[in-house]
Amino acid sequence: MSTNEKFFSSLRSKFSVALLRPDLGAIVGVVLVFLFFFLVARDTGMFSLEGSMNWGIVSSQFIIIAVGACLLMIAGEFDLSVGSMIGFAGIVIAVTSVVWGWPVWLSIITAFVVSMTIGALIGYITVKTNLPSFIVSLAFLYILRGMTIFIAIVSTKKTIIGGVTEAAENDWLAPIFGGEIFTGVFDWLAEQGVIQTFVAGTKAGQPVVSGIPMMMVWAIGLVIFAHFLLTKTRFGNWIYASGGDAQAARHIGVPVNRVKILMFVFTAFCATVFATTQVIEFGSASADRGILKEFEAIISVVIGGALLTGGYGSVIGAALGAVIFGVVQQGLFFIGVESSLFRVFLGVLLLLAVILNTHVRKLITGAK
Amino acid sequence: MMSDLPLMELKDIHKSFGNVDALKGVSISIKAGECHCLLGDNGAGKSTFIKIMSGVHQPTRGQISINGQDTEINNPREAIDVGIATVYQDLALIPLMSVSRNFWLGRELTKKVGPITVMDFEKCNSILMTEMDKMGIQLRDPTQSIGTLSGGERQTVAIARAVFFGAKILILDEPTSALGVYQTSNVLKTIERVREKGVAVIFISHNVSHALAVGDKFTVLSRGETLGTAKSGEIDFQELQAMMSGNKKLSELKK
Repeated sequence: MSTNEKFFSSLRSKFSVALLRPDLGAIVGVVLVFLFFFLVARDTGMFSLEGSMNWGIVSSQFIIIAVGACLLMIAGEFDLSVGSMIGFAGIVIAVTSVVWGWPVWLSIITAFVVSMTIGALIGYITVKTNLPSFIVSLAFLYILRGMTIFIAIVSTKKTIIGGVTEAAENDWLAPIFGGEIFTGVFDWLAEQGVIQTFVAGTKAGQPVVSGIPMMMVWAIGLVIFAHFLLTKTRFGNWIYASGGDAQAARHIGVPVNRVKILMFVFTAFCATVFATTQVIEFGSASADRGILKEFEAIISVVIGGALLTGGYGSVIGAALGAVIFGVVQQGLFFIGVESSLFRVFLGVLLLLAVILNTHVRKLITGAK
Repeated sequence: MMSDLPLMELKDIHKSFGNVDALKGVSISIKAGECHCLLGDNGAGKSTFIKIMSGVHQPTRGQISINGQDTEINNPREAIDVGIATVYQDLALIPLMSVSRNFWLGRELTKKVGPITVMDFEKCNSILMTEMDKMGIQLRDPTQSIGTLSGGERQTVAIARAVFFGAKILILDEPTSALGVYQTSNVLKTIERVREKGVAVIFISHNVSHALAVGDKFTVLSRGETLGTAKSGEIDFQELQAMMSGNKKLSELKK
């Protein structure tokens, strides 16, 4: 081999190693999306502090549910009930706190316990019946949505229950989901003139961005936790194995059923975090909240490079997939493009991602 | 180190599933460092016999002794505890995962970072590289996926893993049936290597020439019965082939 050939062959092997990173596609995607909007939307204020906060929050919402769906997909399962779970958990909080008069912290804890138990039930049914989780969770998509509307109608004769803001006053747990952090820093920055302040209205004098919303803190926290769990711990190894080849994993002594059930519980946990932040922020719960969220989560995860068949994927990739989602959705709004085109874009992106992932899978498994 | 006493002995093993007699009196004995080939056509009862040795099934009748002691193997866990490891055709390796993650799966080495227990990748990877080197596999990188290895290399990884985690008796279920000539010779070399460590190998195959290449003893199964056991050098290709295909007992053949 000549030096030249050697160079090219090593370059090629480096290239295929890079291609084997599950999140490579999402990294490229994020760069392209930012580049595009930076070129066409620079003057719209999209990348000002206020504008960034706008797509940052939307991205965070996608991230929170994508993280749960990501670990579950790597463990080899799907949960299509995520959207219904969001609606359900929200209504549980609103009914128990507003209608029954429970303290909000107790309502929130109850919502977490109930949804995580239902998550465990979905997981248990899936592993015990050996049915595809696609079907089991589809059943729960309907069961939970129906239950949610039923509970709301029976207790209040409405599908939207308000009054949570009043109930949550002086509650110790609610700010963990609905508050902001670093507000002092932002006030100080405003005083220094780094951040603009409102010039009129009730908020006059206050900074346009008053702090980092807890929604973002949760998103970042969940990404760090899930990435660490997946890539650094023994349990993470079991997640990969359970999705990669459940039978082989069982044979070597991995508690596959426990791993899968716990991942359904974690997905339900993420859905409830999403629901709680929304309820606390809006001060109300709506029985139709969260519709289609399960698909948005799955699409983020797939754009992030995870294989639909399980055993392979990346939390960072899923988070970047969610960022692509958030930036494009809000970016189209900034540049004034008809928002329905966002769905067209999503569909195309999903298709491209799946084709790319299938190709990567062939490279890894050596299949022809 | 090697004694003349058999490491494992199975005597007159019977196994019935309802009215079907899968095994009707199979006996073999195996010493440390010996490669015992179990030959037989499809349906001869090879898989049932493997499953009895690895604790998946329990014999209806018959005796299993390990190191001269009567032993009951009630489940796969107990088989592993007494040092019996089975490498199945599907290998129990996960193609999408790295060689290192596969090798340590279920027995991950961990370390504490503050209050958190994490996998000790450094140690996992360095031990893996040493073990692979001993087996003659040059890994580019411990994080490369199992899927990038050839079939023969995968077999070797699975065998190396079983031996590393304390297997004294290694059952190989058709390790060469799906491989080409070159890959097969690599696997046969691997078998040589683990024998030198004093591991007893039970090599299940229907390929007579592969068996002859590594075996010390040959037992032919047919319709759930032992047709006879011969030592290496006492039997040739034609005779083994005739036993397998013609259902001839060893005694009849030697007349």
